[in-house]
Formats: sequence, C-alpha cells, structure tokens
Amino acid sequence: MNLIDKTFADLKAAGRTALMPFVTMGDPDIKTSIAIIQTLEKSGADMIELGVPYSDPLADGPVIQRASERALSNNQITIVDCIQIAEDARTSGVKIPFILFTYFNPVFQFGLEAFFELIQRKGISGLIIPDLPMEEDEEVRALAEAANIHLIPLVAPTSKERVARISSKAKGFVYCVSSLGVTGVRADFHKGIDEFLNTVREATDLPICIGFGISNHEQVERFGKVCDGVIVGSAIVRTIEDAIPLLQDESNREAGLKKIGDFVAELKG
Amino acid sequence: MTQVPDQNGRFGKFGGRYVPETLMTALLELEEAYAHYSKDPAFQDEVRYLLHKYSGRPTSLYYAERLSEKLGGAKIYLKREDLNHTGAHKINNTIGQGVLAKRMGKSKIIAETGAGQHGVASATIAALLGLECKVFMGEEDMKRQQLNVFRMQLLGSEVVPVLSGTRTLKDACNETLRYWVSNVDDTYYILGSVTGPHPYPMIVRDFQRIIGDEAREQILKEEGRLPDYVVAAVGGGSNAMGIFYPFVNDDGVKFIGVEAAGRGLDTIEHAATMTKGRHGIFQGSLSYVLQDEYGQVQPAHSISAGLDYPGIGPEHSYLKDTGRADYVPITDAEALDALQLLSRTEGIIPALESAHAIAQTVKLAPTLDKDKVIVVSLSGRGDKDVEAIMGYLGVEKHESH
Repeated sequence: MNLIDKTFADLKAAGRTALMPFVTMGDPDIKTSIAIIQTLEKSGADMIELGVPYSDPLADGPVIQRASERALSNNQITIVDCIQIAEDARTSGVKIPFILFTYFNPVFQFGLEAFFELIQRKGISGLIIPDLPMEEDEEVRALAEAANIHLIPLVAPTSKERVARISSKAKGFVYCVSSLGVTGVRADFHKGIDEFLNTVREATDLPICIGFGISNHEQVERFGKVCDGVIVGSAIVRTIEDAIPLLQDESNREAGLKKIGDFVAELKG
Repeated sequence: MTQVPDQNGRFGKFGGRYVPETLMTALLELEEAYAHYSKDPAFQDEVRYLLHKYSGRPTSLYYAERLSEKLGGAKIYLKREDLNHTGAHKINNTIGQGVLAKRMGKSKIIAETGAGQHGVASATIAALLGLECKVFMGEEDMKRQQLNVFRMQLLGSEVVPVLSGTRTLKDACNETLRYWVSNVDDTYYILGSVTGPHPYPMIVRDFQRIIGDEAREQILKEEGRLPDYVVAAVGGGSNAMGIFYPFVNDDGVKFIGVEAAGRGLDTIEHAATMTKGRHGIFQGSLSYVLQDEYGQVQPAHSISAGLDYPGIGPEHSYLKDTGRADYVPITDAEALDALQLLSRTEGIIPALESAHAIAQTVKLAPTLDKDKVIVVSLSGRGDKDVEAIMGYLGVEKHESH
C-alpha cells in the first residue's frame, strides 16, 4: 500500500485533516533541509512536499522563487540531491510520506524510466509536476503507476469540466488550487472557492487537498472543514528564509529550527 | 513535409502544452476561437486591411546591389520588414492577435518583450483598438532599450519591470505567464514569438507567414525563380518561421536560421540554443533549450536583446531535426561589423537582431556563384539600437587606440 493512502486512512479514522508543508530542498543547504524535515514531522506535519528548485518556476510566487534561487546559486542543488535528502531523512527516522514537487524539465533530462526507478528506491510516495497537465502526462502516469508512485494532479478554479476527467485519473489525492495565480501568501481566495471544492469532492472518492496561499491557522481551520488536507508552502518557506541567519550559525541552529516548528504547531492550532 | 502541428500541438515530437492547469482552459478557448476566426472572412478582411493601410504592407523585396557586388557572389535580396509601421515584423503578429483578442471580447492585453519591438507593436495595437495594455520587460533590457520603453509609455501602455532571474527576455516571459495565471479571466496574452504552449507557435507563425508569402511572390516576379537560400535571425524565431514557412515544400530552397553566438561558443555568454542546447521543456513547449545536465535553464547572452533567449520555437526544432533547416551561430562582433557594412553600402541601419542574418549572408554570399539568389529577412530597423551601438563602438575605438 502506498504510504499516502495509509496516512489518509489513518487520519480519516482519527477524524483529522492532513497538514502538508512544502519546503524547497537545499535552502539553505542539504544538511539543514534534513533537519527541517525532522522538525516538521515532530511539529505535526502529516506529509511533506519536497520542492525541487528550478530556474524557471512558472507556477511560483516570489517567496519560492527566492528559495529556488538560493538553493541553486549557493549550493547547485540538483534533482538527485533532492531525492537523496528524502532518503537521508527517512534513514534518520522520519516516517511520514514524501511527495516530490518538481517542474517537468529536470525529470525529463534525468530520463523518465531511470527517474521512477530511483524515486521508488529512495522512498518517495508521490509526485506533483505543476507544468504537466493531463494532455501531456500519459507516459509519466503509466510509469508512476508501475512504480506505485502517486502522480497527484492539480485542478484549478478555471478547470471547470476538466475537473471530472482530471480527478478520474488521479492517485493519492487531488490538489485543488485555491485561486488563480501563483503560489504565495494571499488574503483572498477565488470567490467561487467552496463551489469549486464541492465540484471536486463530487468528482472523486480520493481525498482532496487545498493549496496556494494558505498561510495561517484560521485558513488551515477554515479549509480543514471542507478538505482532507491543507498544503502550506510559501508561508513555511518564508519562515525558513527569516530563520536562515540562525540556521547557518551552529550555536543558534536549534533556535532556528524551533521557529519553524513553532510556526507549524501554530498552523495546526 | 506533413502538416504541423497536429491536434495536440506537436511538430513531430516538439511543442505541446506544458503549463500549469490554471492556464489550460484559456489555451483551449484560444485554440477554439482562433480556429473559428481564422476562417471568418470578416476577421481576415480586418487583419488584411490593417496590415495594408496601417502597417504599409506589402513590404518591398529589395535587391541589395551594392552589397551583392561588394561581397562578389550571390545576388542578395532584403525582405524589408524594417519598413513596417513600428519598425519590425512584430506588428504582423500583434495586428492579428489584437483583432483576435477584441473578437474574443477581451479588453486587456499583456505582452512580454526583449528588445522592446514586440512590446511597442503590442502597445501600438492596444492604442489602435482601444485595449488596456501591460508589457513585461526585464530590467536589464529596459536599460538597453530605453527608447522603446518610452515609446510604449507614449502609446499609453504600462511597462512592468521584471526583477526576477536574469532580468531579460526569459524572465519577462515567466512574469507574463505568472500574471496571466492570475488574471486569465479577462486578459489576453499576446505572445510575441513562435514559442510557448500550443496554440501560440501555430498562431504566431500563421500571422507571420505573410513575410514569406510576399517574398515568394516577389522573388518569382523579380527573378522568375525561387531563391537558393532564405536567411533569417532566430531568437524565439518568429521572423524566421514567417519567411521560411511558405517555402517549406520548395525542396530547392535552403533555410539558414542565424542564432546569437554572443561573445563566442567557447564562452558561456551566448544564445546559441540550436548549436549548444538539448531537447527540453521550457516555457510551455518541448524544444531545444540551453540548459545544464540537470535541466536548469541557463542564462543566455547576446548584444541583441531580441535574440538573448535560451529557448527557440518548437517548429524550428522540428525543421532542424528533420534536416529541413540549418542553424548557425554569429557572434556579437560579427553582427556589429555586418551592421556597419549594411549601413555604409546600402544606407540601411538594421536592428542588431537582423544584423546577425546580414553577418551570415556576408559569409555565405561570396561562396556562391553570381547566378545564385539569397533572400534575407531584414526583420527590423536599427533606430532602437543606435544609442547602444554608440556605446559598443565607442568602447571598441577606445580599446584599439
């Protein structure tokens, strides 16, 4: 059984909603990323999206763009490094599922078959590719299924009649984009958001999760009532960004990690 | 060759639609609207009218006699896209897409720009059709092309400085797409080259093919035969695709796309996507891309802001891999030399982009007999570059003294 399915089943039995932080791998460095993953789990994260830094992150707002730039320019982080971080975090005792979030080109350059062979071996349970709509995902989806990796699709408020077709092919959960636009903290969500979430709910038996712009406890709680999981990206990445001076100073490292842990605990409330 | 793209927007293996889901419905709507209006006689008439009366088409195919004599080989004809209103071929596309946006009921348009020519052409059509227009331009390019920035503002458009990434055309494209994702409900994106997700590479090619359609008819009239070579500069590749496409089934006509080699192919400062790139996914389509081994897109460099781009339109990749077209590099220095040569022999100051095509012609023409014919796409005029050129040449003079 895929670890994502098991986690959702356990959460359902406990009557809880999944909290799913997103972190950019290699920001500020590989060792710290592993420590951050451990911290996120300890503070109550139920799954983690591991973001692969990319030179042209089209779906991302300024916060995640900056994190990608730091990871690429300071540490030349590659997709292979990101996958290795997952394995190292797992070896260190982290139990929650890992979902790799990557733009398509790094996967395409690695070679699709070799990529799935690798992520399966390294303990990745799911995959999100934001620039791979269903029209282009046939080969990737077949390989993912064969490797028991869940290819998690995005649906947007503009998807309309595409929602049913996208959801019918989904595995793991359906990722609902909260609003038009890129990732990043926002006060307003799409005005038809609840209707949109209902449409997705009716189209699938899988869990539905919401992301893009969720940044505080109030929003986590509000969407936790209508979704099975809530994804928090930019707000976590921003917290990490603010903690970088602490994280990179050996004597203040724990204080930096605590700031991140406290923020996750605060999101959960 | 077979008809491309196919229904999935593929030119052979190239092209496609690699975009966030949020944009898919908009792309499908655009595809549907374009399929409808491109067959609508009233739409075609309006576009044709504006190309003729507003932009001044057809542009002439001019026999560059003094340049041909100086180079001592093939006869060189220049397709004078520089004579278009706003000074470059870009207006062919913005007229088409501007009219399309209006028919689709959109009141706001956005565009990316590198050299600023597409931005100016978009701002122009926005003024003409009464549309609100925002142009995204890299901060670096805004410095290189100050005159065009002010032209866009004069025309009533907002120029949005792009501060992310390389601060050039690549990131201007990213920011335009990001803005579009956020405002897709009421905004039409006028993409300026044969790049991006389907249906843009097809739409832009169709609106630019008038360059080749006219050139083909004109050369048959002038010479009674087709040319041996068609030469054009490629960044994203819209003027090149426009002039190549109508000749694509004429087997005897060789295509040469000229890309920017910047400071040289042995440096990292170039934009030679075809020579040094590999197949990859970039800004919505599968094509050749300048990238590292892990798929990170590399910054490009060219003296010409319009060629300073690490990608290229998917149909060019198709022409390259099927052997139909050759793509060759020209350095900044070669382009500057060619620009001065054309200025002095023909009294035509070309855009730095077009100077790359001239530079390749300078290499090619002397190797050919006098009965051979080369048609060069002179995609734009150099007025926008004069200030930058003063800087480049000033520095060189200083160094040589």
